[in-house]
Amino acid sequence: MTATLAARRADSHHTSMFLRMLMRAAILRRERAASALLAMVVAAAATTAMLNLYVDVQAKLRKEFRDYGANVVVVAKDGATLPEDTLSKVNAILAGHGLAVPFAYVVARTSDDQSVVVSGTDFEQVRKLDSWWSVSAWPQGSQDALVGARAAAVVSPLGRPFDLSFQGHAIHLTPAGTLSTGAAEDSRTYLSLTDFEAWTGVQPSTIEIAASGSPEEVDSTILKLAQALPATEVRPVRQIMEGEARVLGKTRATLLASASLIILTAALCVLSTLMGWVLDRRRDFAIMKALGASERLISSFFAAEAGVLGAIGAVVGFVIGIGVAAWIGRANFHAPVVPRFNVLPWVLCGSVVVALISAALPMSLLRRVQPAVILRGE
Amino acid sequence: MFIRLVYESFRRQKRRKALAGIAITLGVAVATAMIAVATDVGDKISRELRSYGANLLVTPQEDTLDLQIGGVDLKPPSDGAYLNEADLPKIRGTFWHHNIVGFAPMLPVNVDADGKNLTLLGTYFSKKLSFGKDDFATGVRITHPWWKVQGAWPDDNSQDVLVGEGLAARLALQPGDQIQIGGQAHRVSGILSTGGVEDGQIVAPLGLAQQILGRPGAVRRLYVSALTKPEDALARRDPKTMNAELFDRWYCSPYVQSIAYQLQEAIPHSHAEQIRQVAQNEGTVLSRIKGLMLLVTLAALLASALAVSAAMATAIFERRSEVGLMKALGAGNASVAALFFVEAMLLALIGGVIGFAGGALLARQIGRSIFDSRITIDPVLLPVILALAVTVTFAGSALAIRRAVKFDPVYALRGEG
Repeated sequence: MTATLAARRADSHHTSMFLRMLMRAAILRRERAASALLAMVVAAAATTAMLNLYVDVQAKLRKEFRDYGANVVVVAKDGATLPEDTLSKVNAILAGHGLAVPFAYVVARTSDDQSVVVSGTDFEQVRKLDSWWSVSAWPQGSQDALVGARAAAVVSPLGRPFDLSFQGHAIHLTPAGTLSTGAAEDSRTYLSLTDFEAWTGVQPSTIEIAASGSPEEVDSTILKLAQALPATEVRPVRQIMEGEARVLGKTRATLLASASLIILTAALCVLSTLMGWVLDRRRDFAIMKALGASERLISSFFAAEAGVLGAIGAVVGFVIGIGVAAWIGRANFHAPVVPRFNVLPWVLCGSVVVALISAALPMSLLRRVQPAVILRGE
Repeated sequence: MFIRLVYESFRRQKRRKALAGIAITLGVAVATAMIAVATDVGDKISRELRSYGANLLVTPQEDTLDLQIGGVDLKPPSDGAYLNEADLPKIRGTFWHHNIVGFAPMLPVNVDADGKNLTLLGTYFSKKLSFGKDDFATGVRITHPWWKVQGAWPDDNSQDVLVGEGLAARLALQPGDQIQIGGQAHRVSGILSTGGVEDGQIVAPLGLAQQILGRPGAVRRLYVSALTKPEDALARRDPKTMNAELFDRWYCSPYVQSIAYQLQEAIPHSHAEQIRQVAQNEGTVLSRIKGLMLLVTLAALLASALAVSAAMATAIFERRSEVGLMKALGAGNASVAALFFVEAMLLALIGGVIGFAGGALLARQIGRSIFDSRITIDPVLLPVILALAVTVTFAGSALAIRRAVKFDPVYALRGEG
């Protein structure tokens, strides 16, 4: 028995005593090690999830805020119409980071000589830009009109096809649906831009733009637009931009406060568990000391143990935390939170540091005690 | 004997008890603060969302069609109906008047100023009104918070005006200059910047616009900014199709629709409509932020529960030899467990009360630094939080106690295991 053991030992690789002690400690006290590791994992997971959420929530909420519609408008100076290539220039500058919708306006006459504002626009784009428009049915074919809830009473009270005239030109329109927004749009009739231009010959005078991105990105878009379109007036919709900045700032601040509290609690959880785990091993400590191990060796042993525990816990916790953040994103924003791998070094460092602090505190307590006292069980 | 055991345990093991107590206190404080913040965040964000401006628009019922292009009103001023200014304070008498943050009447008139045909918009800036015994101030400074003035806001009872920044640049006007409106000189008290059509207009006290129009008390439309509840299925139903009970529930919920209904009741011959751009999106944003905070609060509760459990487990694990001694002296499993549970409960109650107070302070601090307003904590929460603390402490201790009790006293006393 002893011979085989000795032979096996002789054969085995010369793993250092230090590593073997680490391994045996983890295997022999797996329950305690597991509970300490669990605390580490939970803390790292909570930290990862909160950091991920904190970084990503801005992008997620910005997307929600874009539902408020245009944050930039381009209007022609002094009531004129925009140069013909304005829309293509705007789209080139936006390069997919936003939506641009042209609007053309005239005041037309109904068959019983009432004035009504008629607007030509791109229905496909408006639908995406102004998601709050409550529309009974969107126009499909040509000569189909979208009639505002209040305009309907004037142009087509019974929902029948109607005629409008502008500067002697008449157009016959079919009301496809009614539009309700609670604002100026309710008093207007909307046509597709092609129908509108064929009828009136008037070009768009306004382009409403929903530029996505951070305030700095929107500002630079506005600057580029103003440079590219000198004949027009480019202005931010302050109502939308300021509201967004305010709400977003407050939400982020609240989330930051919550994240700090959660991370603090998680660190506390690790601290108390790891302290228990080191205190619990005071007999090992005493035996090592009694067998002649130096203070430095013992300290580095416990430090290495805590460090390894912290690192493993951080990696496992990171994976779980990413999962939790993705789930929160899906549950609340219907889009997963993109994993941020640049959070990993922070979580890793934080975990190891907390683990080392947790080990150092009881170590300094134990160092003062004589091994004999501990071994006697006092 | 039992009481003495508990007492001595607290007296002699101050360090361990303090550690467990601190863990519980911090856990409870975090839980309390998070619950307080999460329950209040909806209300706070709702107020912040009011910075998007009015979410309700009241117009005369018999009004003719608006002829507005790019904010320029093309309708002849003689056309259409008006609301009566004297009816406005009645808004404070509606059921949900506490939810009405502010309102601002608007009266656009066409004027001849410095030889140009311009729009003059009459409104309230911060008008002092009273309804019954209730004195309040309202106007665009509340409903349109993104309006910025360089110079000073005019007094609502004065003849001073604001000039939009685009117009001011064209006319080379500075605050303090005079502007000729309809042959009369008016002082420009400030330059207005809104990022909207008002930048090309003159904005004046409502009284001045009425005087120019020659119609005292006339108001073209009224913007109302109200705190509302996100829309749900009930909100969208037509009140005419509801039975009495359902109608009462609808009427007594601060939906944007029911507030619009009550505004129509309060102001004769009016039609109130939600401004869908503001009202609809507000609900989405609000429910997203509330949902987020709810999930984060759950995470915080979980983290603090774990922290408390871990601290308790550690505290009990350290006392195995004590258990061994008690058992060797003839104590039964039940009495040992009872001792630990009573200790745990005492710790939970003390830590719970201190933690609750700390958490309330923390919540207040968060409210003050982020929202500039107080987050109050309902004292009703105290028993709930205490019950939660005791439950979590018990749950955290249970496993450790079970194992401590089951442990063979011989090994425990020898210090093995």
